[in-house]
Amino acid sequence: MVYSKRLQDRIVDWLIAAFLLALGISTLLPLINTLAISLSERAAVSGGLVKLFPVGFNLTAYEYILKDVKFWRAFGISVLRVVLGGLLNFGLAILTAFPLSRNEKAFPGRTMFVWLFVFGMILNVGIVPWYLTIAGYGLIDSIWALVLPGAVPIWNVIILMNFFRNIPKELDEAARIDGANPWQLLWHIYLPTSLPALATITLFSIVGHWNSFFDGLILMNNPDNYPLQTYIQQLVIADRPILHGGQAQLMAKLSNATLNAAKLFVAMIPILMIYPFLQRYFVRGIMLGAVKE
Amino acid sequence: MSRNSDRFSYYAMILPGLVLLFAFTFVPLFYSIIAFQKFNPALGIQGSPWVGLDNFLYIFRVRDARQVFYNTIFIAVMKIILLELSAIIFALLLNELRYLRIKRAVQTMVYLPHFLSWVILAGILRTILARNGLLNDFLGILGISPVYFLGRPDIFPWVIILGDVWKEFGFEAILYLAALTTIDPTLYEVAELDGANRFQKMWFISIPGILPTIVLVASLSLGNVLNAGFDQIFNLYSPIVYSTGDILDTYVYRIGLIQGQYSIGTAVGLLKTVVSLILIGISYWTAGKFANYRIF
Repeated sequence: MVYSKRLQDRIVDWLIAAFLLALGISTLLPLINTLAISLSERAAVSGGLVKLFPVGFNLTAYEYILKDVKFWRAFGISVLRVVLGGLLNFGLAILTAFPLSRNEKAFPGRTMFVWLFVFGMILNVGIVPWYLTIAGYGLIDSIWALVLPGAVPIWNVIILMNFFRNIPKELDEAARIDGANPWQLLWHIYLPTSLPALATITLFSIVGHWNSFFDGLILMNNPDNYPLQTYIQQLVIADRPILHGGQAQLMAKLSNATLNAAKLFVAMIPILMIYPFLQRYFVRGIMLGAVKE
Repeated sequence: MSRNSDRFSYYAMILPGLVLLFAFTFVPLFYSIIAFQKFNPALGIQGSPWVGLDNFLYIFRVRDARQVFYNTIFIAVMKIILLELSAIIFALLLNELRYLRIKRAVQTMVYLPHFLSWVILAGILRTILARNGLLNDFLGILGISPVYFLGRPDIFPWVIILGDVWKEFGFEAILYLAALTTIDPTLYEVAELDGANRFQKMWFISIPGILPTIVLVASLSLGNVLNAGFDQIFNLYSPIVYSTGDILDTYVYRIGLIQGQYSIGTAVGLLKTVVSLILIGISYWTAGKFANYRIF
């Protein structure tokens, strides 16, 4: 009796495991399909023969991308915006969150400032005035247009501020007695104890900067200034080939679909490389940001 | 005592953030007054003629705008409902899974799309959803003739809704999984002694255990009913499906920036901003009242 119940229970366990595994794998099938297409030969791709495994395996598309100057220029701009934007986000999140984590007595106006930033976060003014503002500053076609408008990551500021507020006040007071000023307090006490939170918000910034395409599309007039996602968007989605010499004869060997698939995949690689960290710290970040008692 | 120099340090720290907040959030707010003008970039704000509420009256008159408003709410609300429902079911099933390694593996697989941009995922989806794509192959096995998913106005909104579910259901489940881990295990043990089966434990313990989280997510979702997902739709739609797939944000982009009707685009955007602010206000209030949520 007991034995049969256990067996029944285990069958249900297996069924759940099988179902969830199938679900997980099917979530990835579209990505696998793209990878397979990027590694297949032209005829097989245009005939719609490529499913989950490459047909006529070859690396022509990747060889082509390696030599594609436009692609790497866009890639470089994306790396630049990640580094520049990431550093700005990092510094400004810390500098803004720390005073906001003080109480009203230590930092008069603290509550009002918090409200101001929260209001700034939920206020979404619409794309036209946003564009006119940035154009008004003369930032069109400049890398600063991609990093300055979002330089204060307000959601990250709130996460960090809440994290700072949960650091035991005793540490604070001890440093005070030793005569530490706010900068020393931040540098010697708060930053070293906040490393997980800092890792989380940094990853938020990196992924955000790497993935955004729309600011590049409307703030860059010259396609040479497109970051990678915008470049791919124009090429793959808007179907506006950014042509250059020698492409015509290569096209004979290479299907457009194959090349596009390879570009999509190369653009994914940086995210895949940091994925283990993303998984760990994003989960933590979600909990930091969303659940409070 | 150096209280005053401390304060000075705090103000110095917050100053750069305040300046940028002002320059990129509040200055655009000022530019929004062109919603009450017939704005001409050559004349600037000072030179452009004022037209009062004409732009707003125009919006309410055009049928396009009403349809767009409807599309936005339909897509956004269906996304919220189906996404949360699938995330809850997924979290409950994952919670039942006893093999930790499989659990990890499944999580690793389903979280991945969350981190990829809609540009990449739309590129992938366009291939999958094509006439000779993977999905139509699969439907072919079931004897269904090929469907042009991205070109049929009746199907397009559902492609968008389910596409979003695909990208986010795993990640969205994290909140519920966290709530499930806080349930006291003795509750399950006691229920087992009383002869409760797996389904009963789920129904009477797990689901009530995540109810506060469900209430919280539902409240906060209210602030998003005008956000149907610009990045996703922008990269998947085409003029054939404007009738059902065009949303406020894509409409503002085309009217305002592509066609250069700055004032009309701003007016639509301003309406959205005002309604969104009210909704977010209500959603924070509800979340605070019913789920004890505060953002700071």
